[in-house]
Amino acid sequence: MRSVAIKMLVGDRARYLGILMGLTFASLLITQQSAIFTGLMARTYGFITDTGLPDIWVMDPKVMFIDDIKPLQDTMLHRVRGVEGVEWAMPLYKGLLKAKLSNGSFQTCNVIGLDDTTLVGGPPEIVKGSLSDLRQADAVIVDEVGATGKLARPATEPGGEPTPIGIGDTLELNDHRAIVVGICRGTRTFQSQPVIYTTYSRALRFAPGERKLMSFVLVKAKPGADQDALCARIAGATGLAAYTTQQFKDLTYDYFMKYTGIPVNFGIAVLLGFIVGTAIAGQTFFNFTMDNIKYFAALKAMGARDGQLLRMIVLQALIVGAVGWGIGIGAASLFGFLLKHTELSFLLTWKLMGVSGLAILVICGISALLSLRTVLRAEPAIVFKG
Amino acid sequence: MIATAAPVAVSCAGVTKTYGAGQSRVTALRGIDLEVREGELLMLVGPSGCGKTTLISVIAGILDHDDGECLVFGENLRALPQARRTAFRGERIGFVFQQFNLIPTLTIAENVAVPLLIQGRTWRSSIAQAREFLDRVGIGDRWAALPSKLSGGQQQRVAIARSLVHGPRLIVCDEPTSSLDHETGHKVMELMKEVAAGHDRALVVVTHDARIFEFADRIARMDDGKITGLTDRRNKEPER
Ligand SMILES: Nc1ncnc2c1ncn2[C@@H]1O[C@H](COP(=O)(O)OP(=O)(O)OP(=O)(O)O)[C@@H](O)[C@H]1O
Ligand SMILES: [Mg+2]
Repeated sequence: MRSVAIKMLVGDRARYLGILMGLTFASLLITQQSAIFTGLMARTYGFITDTGLPDIWVMDPKVMFIDDIKPLQDTMLHRVRGVEGVEWAMPLYKGLLKAKLSNGSFQTCNVIGLDDTTLVGGPPEIVKGSLSDLRQADAVIVDEVGATGKLARPATEPGGEPTPIGIGDTLELNDHRAIVVGICRGTRTFQSQPVIYTTYSRALRFAPGERKLMSFVLVKAKPGADQDALCARIAGATGLAAYTTQQFKDLTYDYFMKYTGIPVNFGIAVLLGFIVGTAIAGQTFFNFTMDNIKYFAALKAMGARDGQLLRMIVLQALIVGAVGWGIGIGAASLFGFLLKHTELSFLLTWKLMGVSGLAILVICGISALLSLRTVLRAEPAIVFKG
Repeated sequence: MIATAAPVAVSCAGVTKTYGAGQSRVTALRGIDLEVREGELLMLVGPSGCGKTTLISVIAGILDHDDGECLVFGENLRALPQARRTAFRGERIGFVFQQFNLIPTLTIAENVAVPLLIQGRTWRSSIAQAREFLDRVGIGDRWAALPSKLSGGQQQRVAIARSLVHGPRLIVCDEPTSSLDHETGHKVMELMKEVAAGHDRALVVVTHDARIFEFADRIARMDDGKITGLTDRRNKEPER
């Protein structure tokens, strides 16, 4: 009876494609929207991802996410270095400073100060120049998006293209001269400001005088050390919060999930995909069953058991579900691939595929259930009705 | 006569059936007494709405009657649990419908194989047996065609093959010739008489079509939910 079920389903091309289309659409919408959502949420901790070297981030216990800077005293660096199991610990400055552009206007920039000697915490990819050039006097490295965008020199004539700043150009950060020695590329974050990398001591010079300026202590654990235990030891010794990279990402992620409307908005889009998909697929699948009801009734009259009919319908639902899901995932991947080099965030994980698969399964389950109800209730006696 | 000596296939006594309730209450059967013997072809005739379809639905075990008793090969189908009754139909009863009810996306061989597949037979052996029966009804060469590629008469031949393929002992047909032209209908009935009828098999055929009465062994006339007369065509004498 399996073959009979499959032939009944696939044999009716138009109807089959109709059901598939509904499920493909649902799968595409759910997958694509949640991939964009995941991509967007990954941006919240993009800076942590980009700062790949350290295992542990040490910060003020009140810090709730990566851009929530609560400065630490410089002496904390030494306290952290004194904790057993710490391979190395480096300071990191992260703060918003005003840059004066050549045309006299101001632009707030996200300035990152790296340890002077090791330059730990640098950008993941240098497009022009090199990280070590930061050791030159007044040197800064600017991110590509900022260099071509907000920091670019405006067009000289109306309607012209702005000129990106490049190596050798100068900026003014809080009245201090800064020379661009490199261009870097990082993950886009939620911060729309240009990112400027420099050394820790220079960053302190740029920053307005305050007693405390260190934002984070970046820690590398000794090889083989238990990182959770190390975090606990650091926290105990300093009274600060210490998180592994993953924990800090989660903290940031959770913050955005909890305190911003982003998840709700995407949740609605995903839900919409789910509902529309259920409606279309459920409807077409149900119609398919209804169109075949007299054949199902004939099967019943000819001795088909309820269990056999159930297996037929479930098989049909599983087939359209699997195919629709597959095409939908494919289409969503293609979408992500084609828009790879745009500002769109798109992160399609295995987990997401599982989730959309589950959603499609639920849709098919609902459709199959509706159909099954009708089929099982159908009086076999209707076979004799014209 | 041999016919009266033959074992009873179906026996109905005082069978009643009412559809709906209250205002829309329709009494379709008002006490049916009827016997069908093995080896005979019984025709049920009567005006539209007199309850013919209702009666064969009860006999075939796809509809429950209200009162009275209906035994098919000695089994009281109404008293059987659902699953047993379904299994009984699958083994013992063959169906021929007015609209053929062939599944349009299956080839005719696959359609004929359905009763065997329902019983759990393998695909290969079911198809092989189906083709044998298609040979018997004279369209063996078309076994791979879809029903839509066949004429109405050919489709009804397929339906007859399907009703026989699993060796049932009772075959019920509701208006098997009414969607066919006269000549085709005649041929279908000839085939039915030739292939379906046998000494241990009973056929009950509902029809309006007076032109096929000649194929009947006995004719039961119905009106308003009752049997009003029985004619035995084998000795051309009214039974009562
Ligand atoms: N499912 C049903 N619900 C309510 N009334 C029904 C139902 N099926 C049949 N009836 C009624 O029962 C009566 C007998 O119907 P039945 O279909 O058995 O007649 P029939 O002799 O087969 O008629 P026809 O020659 O038109 O096929 C009719 O009055 C019909 O309207
Ligand atoms: Mg009828």
